[in-house]
Amino acid sequence: MFKNPEELKYAKTHEWLKEEGDVCVVGLTDYAQDSLGDIVFVNLPAVDDEVKAGESFGDVESVKAVSDVFSPVTGKVVEINEEVVDNPALVNEDPYGAWLIKVAEVSEKDELIGSEEYAALCEEEH
Amino acid sequence: MKLLFEESSQGRHLDLIPDCDTPEYRLSDDALRKRQARLPELSEVDLSRHYTQLAKQTHGVNDGFYPLGSCTMKYNPRIDEEMAGLEGFADIHPLQGQDSVQGSLEVIYRTKELLCEITGMDDMTLQPAAGAHGEYTGLLLIRKYHLDRGDTERVNIIVPDSAHGTNPASATMAGFKVINVPSNAEGGVDLDELRKVVGKDTAGLMLTNPNTLGLFDPNILEITKIIHEVGGLCYYDGANLNAIMGRVRPGDMGFDCIHLNLHKTFATPHGGGGPGSGPVGCKEFLRDYLPGKMTGKNENGYYLYTPAKTMGQVRSFYGNFLVVVKALTYILTLGKEGVKEASGKAVLNANYMKERLRKYYDVAYDTTCMHEFVLCLERLKKEKGVSAMDVAKASLDYGIHPPTMYFPLIVHEALMFEPTETESKEVIDEAVDVYVEIYEKAQSDPEYLHSAPHHCPITRPNETEAARNPILKYEWQD
Repeated sequence: MFKNPEELKYAKTHEWLKEEGDVCVVGLTDYAQDSLGDIVFVNLPAVDDEVKAGESFGDVESVKAVSDVFSPVTGKVVEINEEVVDNPALVNEDPYGAWLIKVAEVSEKDELIGSEEYAALCEEEH
Repeated sequence: MKLLFEESSQGRHLDLIPDCDTPEYRLSDDALRKRQARLPELSEVDLSRHYTQLAKQTHGVNDGFYPLGSCTMKYNPRIDEEMAGLEGFADIHPLQGQDSVQGSLEVIYRTKELLCEITGMDDMTLQPAAGAHGEYTGLLLIRKYHLDRGDTERVNIIVPDSAHGTNPASATMAGFKVINVPSNAEGGVDLDELRKVVGKDTAGLMLTNPNTLGLFDPNILEITKIIHEVGGLCYYDGANLNAIMGRVRPGDMGFDCIHLNLHKTFATPHGGGGPGSGPVGCKEFLRDYLPGKMTGKNENGYYLYTPAKTMGQVRSFYGNFLVVVKALTYILTLGKEGVKEASGKAVLNANYMKERLRKYYDVAYDTTCMHEFVLCLERLKKEKGVSAMDVAKASLDYGIHPPTMYFPLIVHEALMFEPTETESKEVIDEAVDVYVEIYEKAQSDPEYLHSAPHHCPITRPNETEAARNPILKYEWQD
């Protein structure tokens, strides 16, 4: 079973979103890191870049493949997780601790699902 | 096996480099290195044995079956090498006068003509050095075409999700924005989704056909029509031409430009450096934008000219010319009927292998395939914990090069097989027997497969560690 913390929201493309006041924190889910396998490279946007809901904002490379990471929100990147860039293994070890980007000035949000619905989706795909 | 650096012994040397007999030129001090480079010192016999040892650890198409999907690892006839080794081809210089290389210009001209006939194009450059390089060149043709007409709004290139992974990369490199279109249930382009994304901003479409699932898109004419109706151009990724050559022509399907991989379809060597060759063909209205020097013919013979609105050089001189010599030899050896027979047998071999394997493994899109097919090992992974990686690694113990793994991305636990036409029924039968044996092993002893291969010089390298902390240079111990 995969961990899907209840307080988070999930995109069907396997990103999680946490709202901290006006800032949205985005990362990859436990299911995503497990499917990808050992992640060896994380490519993130720069601070101040615009991200768009439903569009790719970066990519992660595992020993299997390179995959896009999609933004659940439209807004401006205010912080990126440099630690993850230096040590991509963190995404495998602690997917909900190893956030990727923080987005502010959020103007649009994708339709996101709760942890139970997301768990069912993972079960279906798995 | 020891590295050259580890075999080095101070003072040992070989005399391959003759004494310098030209005047010496001294670079300015800031361009000179501070210390002498510490290079390995070996005798010729040490060096020769080192590389022979290395060669013994590799697997090429001359060692055995090589069903690496998407790569067309067919056998490369010896006569191609013989022709490319002829003095008149091998010992010439790109700056030689045109009068003294008429034979080589004829090779370029005739190859271009034959490839245009096979693809249904009007003109072709042989300058690009590889497939993705060809894609990039083709996209620059599209770009030049729109900009030349003052149409600056066309910034999008549409790429289906069953395309080669290089397609979106090439489009981005050429300055376009990539718009992804999903596949339908049959593995072809979803027409409704395609209609939704086309418009005035559509520069063109890049289509890999047959696609990476080994399927020929039955809606191909409708697809090119949809793009043309909004003013876009159609680019054909011809990397999988081996399935269709001599039978249908991209030019007749509505495509405006195409790249080919001579190192795949036309039997020139690839893997381990090639070199490759990725000619780009186009319809009449795009020919003025072609790169480099083109070869023409008039009553005095062959001559070089620069296309009127050329995009410039995409590579130095004439591309990988000797590869072109090999490809021409291949086409002339096969002849018109032979080219057709090759693609027919490539498709037959793939379908035969698929039909035998589907009794054990799941086929991703279970329908008649073209030159390659994709197995989906998700069920085996779930039930027995045996992954596509495990099966691929296990085949190494049997002297078979693994199929392509984890590609295309739209199939989970994918294994992609492309037997090619140069394999006999016996070889394919033997290979199928091996994969059946591996399947049975997965049922009885999955653990054994997790640690496969068991009889290779290298078994399971730590790929994660190698990717995260690569050691890229030798550190002398003293």
